[in-house]
Amino acid sequence: MSTSALLGGRESRREIWTGPVIDADVHAVVPALDVLFEYMEPQWVDFARERWLPGPDINTVYPPNAPTTVRAEWRTESGANPASELACLQQHILDPWDVEHAIVNCYYGIEWVRHPDFAGALARALNNWLIGEWLDKDPRLRASLVLPARNPAEMIKEIERIGSHPGFVQVLMPVRSDSLYGQRLWHPVYEAMARHELVFGLHWGGVSETAPPTPTGWPSWFVEEYAGEQQVFMAQLMSLVAEGVFSAYPTLKVAVGEIGFAWVPSFWWRMETKRKGLRRDIPWVNQPVQELFRERIRFTVAPIDAGPPEELAKIIEWIGSEDILMFATDYPHTHDDDLSVLLDVLGDSAQAKLMAGNARALYGL
Amino acid sequence: MASYVVSKAQDIDEGGHLVVDINGRSVGVFHVGGEWYALLNRCPHRGGPMCEGLLVSYLESDKPGEVRYDPSRKLLECPWHGWEFDIKTGQSYFDPARTRLRRYPVAVQSGEVIADELEDEQQSDTHLVKGPYMAETYEVSIEDDYVVVSMR
Repeated sequence: MSTSALLGGRESRREIWTGPVIDADVHAVVPALDVLFEYMEPQWVDFARERWLPGPDINTVYPPNAPTTVRAEWRTESGANPASELACLQQHILDPWDVEHAIVNCYYGIEWVRHPDFAGALARALNNWLIGEWLDKDPRLRASLVLPARNPAEMIKEIERIGSHPGFVQVLMPVRSDSLYGQRLWHPVYEAMARHELVFGLHWGGVSETAPPTPTGWPSWFVEEYAGEQQVFMAQLMSLVAEGVFSAYPTLKVAVGEIGFAWVPSFWWRMETKRKGLRRDIPWVNQPVQELFRERIRFTVAPIDAGPPEELAKIIEWIGSEDILMFATDYPHTHDDDLSVLLDVLGDSAQAKLMAGNARALYGL
Repeated sequence: MASYVVSKAQDIDEGGHLVVDINGRSVGVFHVGGEWYALLNRCPHRGGPMCEGLLVSYLESDKPGEVRYDPSRKLLECPWHGWEFDIKTGQSYFDPARTRLRRYPVAVQSGEVIADELEDEQQSDTHLVKGPYMAETYEVSIEDDYVVVSMR
């Protein structure tokens, strides 16, 4: 067992946590379109070769050399993203953290592709690649299904094709979308998700025809988008709640990744306060919003985004549940949070739930 | 318990209400679905003037787009924050166990009965008062019916 950059110089993760660990968010990165060719139907390989040179460009989503994109210690000599190789993930996370399971999220910007058939082909190839190169090669891994998230009918087809594969426990829903995820055009997708017992994984990424990555106006700098994306997460969660997705699909659960959790209690207080006066508009929201969050929505803790420990303790108190936080490294992204500070403010049972129990329950691991 | 004659019954139309002051308390008297209800004109949440709110029908749902709507059950919605209270029970929709809009017994009595009671007042435990309505009129007419609110 080796150490990990995330352990802040400690020899072993057991210095801060001796129990089981499930990492609820690690990334796999497609290094180049052509690695998917052996997993893609010939028609689309040829199409890609003839017409589509680079594949989706996610460099604006994760600028390759931004310090937030890859932790310095994990950068490779070749400049390739370490998350494009299973060996790096094993060496940097799975082995040193001795994880029982890790949930692989592969964001590849498929919803940016407007070609309605190629987008579907790309999603199929990507999911096949995730099975062939990741799930089949390391039994600790589980993954999020990647969908052509611009087209509900194609999304459902892909869920029906491969959603029952035991390696897929979640669907990656990029947080930016053409229309808010609570709206009814998406509901058939959630029916399929719920039927296949897949978690709704709300995650960084996505694109919209018209909406900027803030709820109003285009930011000038990457930092505004990166730090401010929580506003879009709020909009999507608000929509899922207000549109009654949780009432319509009583078994569906949501995992929110890579956006912290400190903002959550004030957000649900506001929603609940306003619901009391406006509930006649949305009578299907028939339980207190904070209760609904505690039952149905989970958050990964990379980033933690907490202030001093005493303030973190307040936020934990406001959250008022041991069941909603899930340990994650968000490999290979950089978050300079000290997990031991979070562990210190949690009680014993909450620590075990954070590190593995909540993810185990959510994903049925 | 004192009873206050607040209005001629015929002066409050079906679906209408009247706000009266009884011993310094503002009370709304509602005539809904052939029944009479008297409620304190003060929301238990933040003190809003309840009787300025909308009278709305019962509405609930377990699924988006599928709504159970029952116009025979009425709720009074506070004009300040929209909290709803069952006009029959005073119960808050959100917090029925702890939050309740104060109700008062209300009945319609014939002028004849009222006139008798006013006469017998000395022998009775209940105390009929020439309430806000009576204060402005001369006499109970035995041909008419009156709305009577009871209050400690």
